[in-house]
Amino acid sequence: MMTLFGDPQVWLPFTFATLMGIAILVYVVLDGFDLGVGVLFPFADDREKDRMIASIGPFWDANETWLVLAIGLLLVAFPAAHGTILTALYLPVAAMLIGLILRGVAFEYRVKAPPKWKSTWNWIFWGGSMLAALSQGFMLGMYIMGLEWTIWTVGFALLTSVFLTVGYSFIGAAWLIIKTDGLLQEKAVSWARGGIWGLVLGLGAISLASPLISARIFDKWFSMPQVLMLAPLPLLSLGLLAIIWVTLRRLPSANDSRAWVPFACGTGLFILAFCGMAYSFYPYVVPEKLTLYEAASAPEALIIILAGTVFVLPMIALYTTLAYYIFRGKATELSYE
Amino acid sequence: MDALILSRIQFGANISFHILFPTITIALGWVLLFFKLRYSATGEDRWMDAYRFWVKIFALSFAMGVVSGITMSFQFGTNWPGFMETVGNIAGPLLAYEVLTAFFLEAVFLGIMLFGFSKVPGWLHTLATFLVAFGTTMSAFWILALNSWMHTPAGYEMRDGVAYATDWFAVIFNPSFPYRLSHMLLASGLTVSFLVAGLSALRLLMGDRSEVAATGLRVGAVLAAVLIPVQIFMGDQHGLNTLEHQPAKVAAMEGNWDTGSHVPMLLFAIPDEETRSNRFEIGIPNMASIILEHSPSGIVPGLNDYYAEDGTPLHPPVGKVFWSFRVMVGTGMLMLALSWFSVWFLSRRDAVTGERWHIDRLPRIALYGFVAMTFSGWVATLAGWLTTEIGRQPWLVTGVLTTEAAVADVPAPMVLTTLIAYLAVYAALLVIYIGTLTYLCGKAARGERLPERKRADGAPFQGKANPAATPAE
Repeated sequence: MMTLFGDPQVWLPFTFATLMGIAILVYVVLDGFDLGVGVLFPFADDREKDRMIASIGPFWDANETWLVLAIGLLLVAFPAAHGTILTALYLPVAAMLIGLILRGVAFEYRVKAPPKWKSTWNWIFWGGSMLAALSQGFMLGMYIMGLEWTIWTVGFALLTSVFLTVGYSFIGAAWLIIKTDGLLQEKAVSWARGGIWGLVLGLGAISLASPLISARIFDKWFSMPQVLMLAPLPLLSLGLLAIIWVTLRRLPSANDSRAWVPFACGTGLFILAFCGMAYSFYPYVVPEKLTLYEAASAPEALIIILAGTVFVLPMIALYTTLAYYIFRGKATELSYE
Repeated sequence: MDALILSRIQFGANISFHILFPTITIALGWVLLFFKLRYSATGEDRWMDAYRFWVKIFALSFAMGVVSGITMSFQFGTNWPGFMETVGNIAGPLLAYEVLTAFFLEAVFLGIMLFGFSKVPGWLHTLATFLVAFGTTMSAFWILALNSWMHTPAGYEMRDGVAYATDWFAVIFNPSFPYRLSHMLLASGLTVSFLVAGLSALRLLMGDRSEVAATGLRVGAVLAAVLIPVQIFMGDQHGLNTLEHQPAKVAAMEGNWDTGSHVPMLLFAIPDEETRSNRFEIGIPNMASIILEHSPSGIVPGLNDYYAEDGTPLHPPVGKVFWSFRVMVGTGMLMLALSWFSVWFLSRRDAVTGERWHIDRLPRIALYGFVAMTFSGWVATLAGWLTTEIGRQPWLVTGVLTTEAAVADVPAPMVLTTLIAYLAVYAALLVIYIGTLTYLCGKAARGERLPERKRADGAPFQGKANPAATPAE
């Protein structure tokens, strides 16, 4: 194994797959919470909507940049896979993009266009967030189904699209628990109690379907001694779910302690689920068809990107942290004349 | 229609819609930094008021640019997989560097720039403004390096039909890059000059007597008057560079069929590719030879040299290139006329008061002119891009990859579906964007407060609110 990883044809694609995985994961958590806030929009009144927007306003743009980074890494590091995956998912990708366009501009127009249009823009913000979340869930499902379009795979993808959207609403609600107080925070707690089911069902559906659809994945999980070594993944997930469950029953608390717990544990769940999926699909980047080593760009191209990434990514992490630090604390209410 | 032409229309529509907004944000970022620095230096409220007004338009344009840019990053894979498969080793790193060094910088500091004014020290807010402007310019640097490489590839070798970089410096600073980058950055400067002057003129015509509108008109008109001669010079240099590296494109721009000397500069013509000639030609004798070779006997390449033996044209579509080039140059000439006319009036000393640069010195017709030309930068920029991009056809990467070879194997009806969806969304957003700009101008002209972010605890912003505005609550 070590000698293999001394070969740039091996360690470079692996490194880039890891980087891409991190980018996707960061995207899912970060844009997950602001998409989730959008999904929850119809449940809030007008004043609450303004506060919800205020809680994500300074962040959403940078959050979406992680999607560009993830898709960019797929594009530059695994060009063959990029083409195959995106042409197979042509329509859901277009739907997601239109969703992202609509909700992205709604941030601006809901306050800058004439006030009589504001409620229309609120609906567009909701609709765009829904469309983006649903199509992402759909693509997740199709990917797990090996990018084959049949009635069964589409049915499964429709299920995951609903589960992921509800899951986003959970992480969005968990974000609002941190960033708001008073009545809105109480509402957010009840939204999170509903949203958690999206995560439970989504994780369950993926865990059941992946090994059933592929004998290879089944063997990777359910043969000795892997089954023992992998046991911490589902056990930790159950533990995190239990913590969220208990915490949500006790929130909102008097001094706002533990308001961060649902978000942190939710992030933990996304990470565990992602690790599980990564383990299932490795070494394939296009399920069962193309490994990441076959799809990788030339080492010369990868090494020059890696040089920049190693230098720049910590800086990005640093100033992103700065932004979250500056806008820490409860989201202040917005006041438009 | 087949998937190729539909994909081209879709990509063209996407990138045309997208470029409208970076064209604004690249230069507007620097204009905002200028406003902020003037405010820091003079303490005059008008500079901060100008910042407040224009930062809203910046935010709006930025959001439009971001969402259409995300779409772009997916289109490579959804419609043009052959592009990355062939030249991914070159295009990949350039795109990756754009994301890493520009997109995150812009996106993160934009949040601080827009919403952090009351939360961070003044210097950090100014720094954030600088970093956003710097980020947008870095973004232009990388994407134009890639685009220029597609026109004039250098620093690479082909192995088994795939491009590999041999010299990254040569890849980035390929022959057309310095010209294209300067031409585009100046185009952005001009677009913003006319946007700022145009919307400020609109506010003045709506009866706005605030200093912000007057300042905006002065800044916009002067900036335009300074930039336009530089742009004309730069455009000429870019043209000479194109003549050296992509002669077929220049032949199409000039509408010249036969290689030879004493070629006229055509003011009007309808090029006909069937008969390989122009109809209704009106031209200035020898001018094309003089512009391109600085002598009436200078040789200008002709389109007839670019046909395969079987008669297949190897030159770009002539009419489209010919006319978009003329729209660009014509718009540039109008920009020159209006900005110099206005600055001449503004800079004259008033006989009575001895004052200069007073906005009332400007004839009213100039205000209408600026309003009419608010988006002239968009027209010129799009026409210029159409000239250069259509001028590269039938190549996607000159001499390396044809457009036809790069297109995805997606069924045409599917492409048509998404094309209609994108076009509908883009058309609606464009109308809404321009409508909202007009609405914001009207609101500012009436002295109403613009939507402003305010702390819930009622803590005031640092600096003063618009004096013309009614106090909040």
